[in-house]
Amino acid sequence: MKATATARWLLRKETVLRRVRGVRLVTVLAVGGLSLAVAAGCGKPPAKNASGGSGGGQYKACMVTDTGGIDDHSFNASAWQGMQDAKAADSSVVVQNTQSSSEQDYEPNLTKFVQAKCDLIVGVGGLMADAVTKVAKANPKQQFAIIDANVALSNVYSMQFNTAQPAFQAGYLAAGMSKTGKVATYGGLKIPPVTIYEDGFAEGVAYYNQQKHKSVKLLGWDEKSQKGVFANSFTDQNKGQSITKTFLSQGADIVLPVAGGTAQGTASTTAASNGKQSTIFVDFDGCVSASTYCKTFLTSVTKGIAGSVKDAVVAGQKGKPLTGSYIGDLKNKGVGLAPYHDWDSKVPGALKTEVTQIGADIESGKITVKSTAQPK
Amino acid sequence: MSSDEERPGGGPADPDGGAPGTGTETATAPAKRSGPRAAVPGDAKRTRTGIVIDALTTANTFTVTVLAIVLALAVGAVVIALSDQAVLDSMKYFFARPGDTFAAAGHAIGTAYAALFTGSIVDPETLNEAWWGMTSWSSVLSPISETLTYAAPLIGTGLAVALAFRAGMFNIGAQGQAMMGAIGAGLVGFMVPWPPVIGVIAALLGGLVGGGLWGLLAGWLKAKFGAHEVITTIMLNYIAAPSFVTWLVTQHGVQQPGRNDPISKAVEPNAQLPHLFGSGLRANLAIILVVGAALVVSWLLRRSTLGFEFRAVGSNPNAARTAGISLNRTYLLVMLFAGVLAGLGGASIVLGNTPNAITPSVVGSIGFDGITVALLGRGRPVGTVLAGLLFGALQAGAGQMQVTSQVPIEVSTIIQSLIVIFVAAPALVRAIFRLRAQRVGALGQNLAKGWNG
Repeated sequence: MKATATARWLLRKETVLRRVRGVRLVTVLAVGGLSLAVAAGCGKPPAKNASGGSGGGQYKACMVTDTGGIDDHSFNASAWQGMQDAKAADSSVVVQNTQSSSEQDYEPNLTKFVQAKCDLIVGVGGLMADAVTKVAKANPKQQFAIIDANVALSNVYSMQFNTAQPAFQAGYLAAGMSKTGKVATYGGLKIPPVTIYEDGFAEGVAYYNQQKHKSVKLLGWDEKSQKGVFANSFTDQNKGQSITKTFLSQGADIVLPVAGGTAQGTASTTAASNGKQSTIFVDFDGCVSASTYCKTFLTSVTKGIAGSVKDAVVAGQKGKPLTGSYIGDLKNKGVGLAPYHDWDSKVPGALKTEVTQIGADIESGKITVKSTAQPK
Repeated sequence: MSSDEERPGGGPADPDGGAPGTGTETATAPAKRSGPRAAVPGDAKRTRTGIVIDALTTANTFTVTVLAIVLALAVGAVVIALSDQAVLDSMKYFFARPGDTFAAAGHAIGTAYAALFTGSIVDPETLNEAWWGMTSWSSVLSPISETLTYAAPLIGTGLAVALAFRAGMFNIGAQGQAMMGAIGAGLVGFMVPWPPVIGVIAALLGGLVGGGLWGLLAGWLKAKFGAHEVITTIMLNYIAAPSFVTWLVTQHGVQQPGRNDPISKAVEPNAQLPHLFGSGLRANLAIILVVGAALVVSWLLRRSTLGFEFRAVGSNPNAARTAGISLNRTYLLVMLFAGVLAGLGGASIVLGNTPNAITPSVVGSIGFDGITVALLGRGRPVGTVLAGLLFGALQAGAGQMQVTSQVPIEVSTIIQSLIVIFVAAPALVRAIFRLRAQRVGALGQNLAKGWNG
């Protein structure tokens, strides 16, 4: 009865509304069809594999970068290298990364990997410590790892690196190699992963002066006041060049840039001096990651993020528990000095021996590095 | 469509006086709009459907915006396809078997945009599982919670830019103002052991004051010395972050004990914004606060004398001065309000989620993103809220795109930027879709003024 009333009402209307009725019919059909389809498609889904992990014998390792991104030529890139090395070493390892464009992204990115059922989630960078702590507490059965921070939870494996130790050796080496009696360092930003190198370098120079009764000067960093020269960039090569030129004009002949990609500016500047000036690279072996400038690298202070991450992933894949804290130092080869490469013939044998001896002394505790930026 | 008959003669919904072609209307006094929906006799002759089709094929604000989004997604699809390894691999033998390339591209684009949707609105699979009790309902809300969390600060800074736009000023300083807002909120939030409720209010006020003062400084420099706000706000951005904040958070008493990196103490739990959908989801009170702020700004611009003065100065400063409006007072107040709004955005981050502390990069790039949000929102409060929600959704979805289909996060940035480029070039969108030109050239009229104000 209601339907006939509607029909009569519709018939009364003029031609304009016929189109409307057509639209209505289509709408009715569409809605009806959709709800049928929805009803048919909304059955109870089969239960998913409830256990964690991606199943199928795969080991899924997932990495969240900090805001530097995956191509930062620094710790994000190294950590990702480690993940890929692990994949190459064991075919059952699957790796994946997600990048954070701001600190707001850390927590959701970690959470999304929990939901994506990763076996191991690696957070890169000290600033992610709070987010990792929160997500790890909320997911106590999920395995996490973090680089450059210490999170004291049983399901988090903390990886830190005491680069002050090899930087101490580098400082001693630089002081011994300097013809002008002046060496220099500068940083990208005044943050602990940077200043730890500068502290160690400063202490190495001071140790050389004390041992040899010399007075080699260090430009660009004062450990006591924690003040120095900073490029405020990890990418700007021109800035690196101009800072380096200033140092060289002040008489320095060896420069330690702790500034990611900015350091290339330093390398290109000292490379133009025909061997009178040199650069000490950090994080990676410069002759590998910036090989065009190999001839100007006296040595490099290496930070073994890639190796440690690889070891962690491989250990996790083998079912070993990942917990506690790992501090890469000279003893466990987590950090170190790279080979002298092109400078091998120019460094006096006695100095080489002393540098090696200092490394051994630091390992044995005979020499203590005082930098407050060291991981505990 | 059927609802057409139920609202005979009602004008198109016009929440902010910002519907197509109202650029000229802004010059009239704000008190004019009286009564609920007075019937417009002229419209009675045309059918409702006709009006709708008319509106959709004319290059008005709404159509251009929607089509700009469509175009941006289309270009984004090409980028996604070209950044996909399977597509690149199959391209090597494209002429032998082109179908492979298209299938791979279709798969890449499909999974990516599906992830964009499931990461920002709702995941149908989770919804279905929740319906059958296989998972919690809070996981259904998770994507929308992420969208709201990302959108809130963007709306705050977007309003800061939009309000200044309307007064003929280009506030590039929302970044610095948001940073100062974050600092103000953070300092108040951890200095005092606050009782509940009062702590949140106090910390928020700290954020508003911090941002407001930073904005006021730019306004004062303009009013007193004629310094252009574009220059001063950019410089103030640099001073706020990284310089000032890095110094501040490494000071004794501010720096978090036991930490060497630049991070302040954590905000007291009582000063943190309450979460909307339980502690498991990140959405918090911020989104409600910024929508409230948008309503206040909307009221200010449309209904208040002060807002009328702002708009008058924005339309023609000389005429406004002749009419007895103090330009200096307007500059000061606009920048103060803009700073307060951006400060709200910055405060909402520090008081909202981890790390709940001040760090040099805690506000990300919300100040600069706020400019794009305001541009997309056409400098109008409601438009800014909608644009903020869209960009929030794109950011939330971008995370999911990375996780499920390994699409680089930059794709989302490209899409956001393209939307604004297309919106800024309405003639381009009009040409691509062969839309009819609108009679009144209202698009972006006020926005273009910002540069020479």
